[in-house]
Amino acid sequence: MLSFVLKRFISMLITLWVIVTVTFFLMHAVPGSPFEREGKALNPTVEKNLMALYNLDKPLAVQYVSYLKSLVQFELGPSIIRSPETVNDMIGRSFPVSAKLGFFSLLFSVIAGIALGVVAALRHNKLIDYVATIISVIGIAVPNFVVAALLIKYFAVEWKLFPAATWGTWKHIVLPALALSFGPMAIIARFTRANMLDVLTQEYIETAKAKGLHPAVVILKHALRNSLLPVITLLGSLIANVLTGSFVIEKIFAIPGMGKYFVDSIYNRDYTVIMGTTVFYSTLLIILMFLVDIVYGIIDPRIKLYKKEG
Amino acid sequence: MEKLLQVEDLHVSFKTHGGEVKAVRGVSFSLEKGETLAIVGESGCGKSVTARSIMRLIPEHVGKITKGKILFNGTDLVTLPEKEMRGLRGSQISMIFQDAMTSLNPTISIGEQIMEGIVRHQKLSRAEAKAQALEMLQLVGIANPERRLKQYLHEFSGGMRQRIMIAIALVCKPSILIADEPTTALDVTIQAQIIDLFKTIQQKTGVSIVIITHDLGVVAKIANKVNVMYAGQVVEAGTVREIFYQPQHPYTKGLLESMPRLDLDRDTPLAPIPGSPPDLFAPPAGCAFAARCQYALEVCRNHQPAYSSLGTTHQVACWLQDPRAQTVYPLQAAK
Repeated sequence: MLSFVLKRFISMLITLWVIVTVTFFLMHAVPGSPFEREGKALNPTVEKNLMALYNLDKPLAVQYVSYLKSLVQFELGPSIIRSPETVNDMIGRSFPVSAKLGFFSLLFSVIAGIALGVVAALRHNKLIDYVATIISVIGIAVPNFVVAALLIKYFAVEWKLFPAATWGTWKHIVLPALALSFGPMAIIARFTRANMLDVLTQEYIETAKAKGLHPAVVILKHALRNSLLPVITLLGSLIANVLTGSFVIEKIFAIPGMGKYFVDSIYNRDYTVIMGTTVFYSTLLIILMFLVDIVYGIIDPRIKLYKKEG
Repeated sequence: MEKLLQVEDLHVSFKTHGGEVKAVRGVSFSLEKGETLAIVGESGCGKSVTARSIMRLIPEHVGKITKGKILFNGTDLVTLPEKEMRGLRGSQISMIFQDAMTSLNPTISIGEQIMEGIVRHQKLSRAEAKAQALEMLQLVGIANPERRLKQYLHEFSGGMRQRIMIAIALVCKPSILIADEPTTALDVTIQAQIIDLFKTIQQKTGVSIVIITHDLGVVAKIANKVNVMYAGQVVEAGTVREIFYQPQHPYTKGLLESMPRLDLDRDTPLAPIPGSPPDLFAPPAGCAFAARCQYALEVCRNHQPAYSSLGTTHQVACWLQDPRAQTVYPLQAAK
């Protein structure tokens, strides 16, 4: 087990290093600079001094090595645009917000998605199956900002159940979380339904019924577990996606989350913020993939992650 | 001996896009305590559907028992409420399926799969259930049961898997065990072991067995009684001796003749039955086998043959054996 974790850890580091390197050089290959605003260049002397301040006047290779050095110390550097704030501060302030929103939307999408998928599979080709399919197709096809607009119109403006925007109490979480969860819920529902239909035709379901087990036990214990395996694969990337925030949803609901910084940094060529958010997102994704593998091994005993000793 | 199971005039139909398939058309038989009944016939003759009807495990939305009775200790299983039927499944009547690889759950430990039936039916604690599961694994010949209990399906060989299937089926000490082609997916040496296991278990527990197979070798080894099925009907029923030594229905004869034999010259070609079974969307008016039968008469094509008794245990549905038929002396007798 220990050697497995160690091996995975090393391969995770290598993956991260590749991502950092590719992002770094791609980012610098894009024309423009942090100090350019709408085509207006700064005073050459000021610009030169600023470039020197952020080490941008050095050769790219030197910048790369010094970035890696600070990265190893978990130092993501100062933001060029929002100076004197550092990237660490920005992530530290905005990630908990995004994560909280993401957690609740994920919770909803997993529960509702699995329930919808299971019910649709059990009532295959009946009315409720068609309704569930329509909901999933809408969920995948309709962008979340449209869902968000509708939610605000009805739940906030007309019925005044929840606040329309900003951040603070649990009431503020409900609408953005729902808007954000609609897409993932639809994807999970479709996956669950397809797998469930497949599993229900398996002979071991027949065996379970032949034991005289209650239909609910047959479904929950024998069928659901085996149909959720592919869904878990999906969850890894969905979680990372949702936790790091959605630019659009955060913008609509005026939520101080990470999504905003991610997008702004690219507009502004805020090099350190681009790198910082990318590294953060990648790390999260890599860790989640690792966790998915572990969970996989727990749910499906056929998958052996490592050789048992003895 | 008392009648444990009595099937009377069972009809089962399936709804498909092409119409209604009459898979079982008037099957009757009985099973006594401690007896082994083999149901033989080619693929699609309705033998598995008959077996599943006894368990009431035909898929509800497509298949339906349209007529007939299945009396188990006097209770009609056809009309029994589903809840009571669930109480019988696995505790009074158990079933083993063909391929243990696909019939066991790959993500639940073998022990749990054996124990859940006991916990469900006998309301025992987990420790007591475990003790019974261990005992059962020993009975079906699995070494190291304590360790094996925690393992998963992929850690067992084909023969072992079928033994586990048997353990699961027998753990609640049912009075009837239905085995649907239990040896078909196994290789020959393992087949023989599993058949021996069935015999041992029957001696120890007195369970009655209904075995579904197309392998006449298996039938000869294990069965007391044989039902030969063709196109959803029992065409001949008798003791294993009667079926093997005095087959009367042309289909039974054809089945026996199509088996490879060790006592003949190696170059002797196999003798298959020409043609294929009738379409059960629209079963023929007369004898279903008439189209393939070399002895078919006009009456065979137009009228269903009734059962003719050839002794207390031997019955055949064939016009040639009808009491009204003319006596025909075989050529050898004329010599």
